[in-house]
Amino acid sequence: MSNQKEIRARIASTISTQQITKAMKLVSATKLKKASDAIIRMRPYARKLQGIMGNLQDSVDDPSLSVYFQNRDVKKVLFVVISSDRGLCGGFNANVIKRTRTLLEDKYPEQNKAGNVTLLCIGKKAAEYFRKTGVKIDERFIGLFQHLNAETAFEAGDYVLDAYRRGEYDQVELIYNEFKNAATQILSNEVILPITSVATGTHQHNDYIFEPGKIAILQDLVPRSIKTQIYRGMLDSLASEHGARMISMDKATENAGDMLRSLRLAYNQARQAAITREISEIVGGAAALEG
Amino acid sequence: MQVEILTPDKSLYAGDADVITLPGINGSFQILDNHAPMIANLAKGQVSIKSGSQEESFSVAGGLVEVLKNKVVVLV
Repeated sequence: MSNQKEIRARIASTISTQQITKAMKLVSATKLKKASDAIIRMRPYARKLQGIMGNLQDSVDDPSLSVYFQNRDVKKVLFVVISSDRGLCGGFNANVIKRTRTLLEDKYPEQNKAGNVTLLCIGKKAAEYFRKTGVKIDERFIGLFQHLNAETAFEAGDYVLDAYRRGEYDQVELIYNEFKNAATQILSNEVILPITSVATGTHQHNDYIFEPGKIAILQDLVPRSIKTQIYRGMLDSLASEHGARMISMDKATENAGDMLRSLRLAYNQARQAAITREISEIVGGAAALEG
Repeated sequence: MQVEILTPDKSLYAGDADVITLPGINGSFQILDNHAPMIANLAKGQVSIKSGSQEESFSVAGGLVEVLKNKVVVLV
């Protein structure tokens, strides 16, 4: 009897877990839609920026801009690590952390040993992990995802650009999950500063009039495109997070269903065993009386 | 001419216009139909678009404008 009761309790708790994971999946699906819409909305902007940049390509060797293009001796490195604020999204954060560690150990071992790598953590999860390791972390933009828009993202971008310009860092690396579709995230890391290559691709050269001049436009354009790149990383990461959570909650719901099926089977078996036992007891008792 | 105002978050305006007034670095300027191809920096100020009798205005904190083939794209 007690076995039956135990199984009943487990069934009840599995059902309520399943309800939660199902609700979380639905919430994530809605948020994913919102996040992927945001990516789509920023695409024309990014494309136009790239187009203009392509048209100005030949002028980028100007010395006043060289700070963004110059390959300095890489002594101090800044990682912009984009993770999420919340868990329960499969390997999403673990992957970011793993890639960050790989980069620390394989790509920048000397800088890491000398304590010259700083992690600018956006999203709580990576920060929570790296706080326990010895790496320097910068948490000023940790809660950025609570109200992510172009303005807040550009603020973070401005901070990165300023720090780089002042020489606080010689190289900036961006680590984030790139959004491909709901089920797939591509973990990416790219060096965003110094700029290694100016956006190429298909663009026609037009005879533009430049107001006030090519250089002045580039001075606005180059930082803007870097900030846009960072913002895109954040939007991608956000959409990836919701996609990953949706998938993992879907899996969890499914697993709960499987578990329920086997629990119900066990419950019925226990119930039948109990009935059989009772009958055989009654029959045995009756037989003893007759005998 | 066609005008589009884009921010990284959304498109603020998309449609036809007769005149667009922009806050240039060296003072505000206007773009009319069939303007030559141009890329210009924008300062903080007002972008106003006049289409027929309608006029709309947006404040921007700097940006860029590209004019090409009767299409004006403002990036803010």
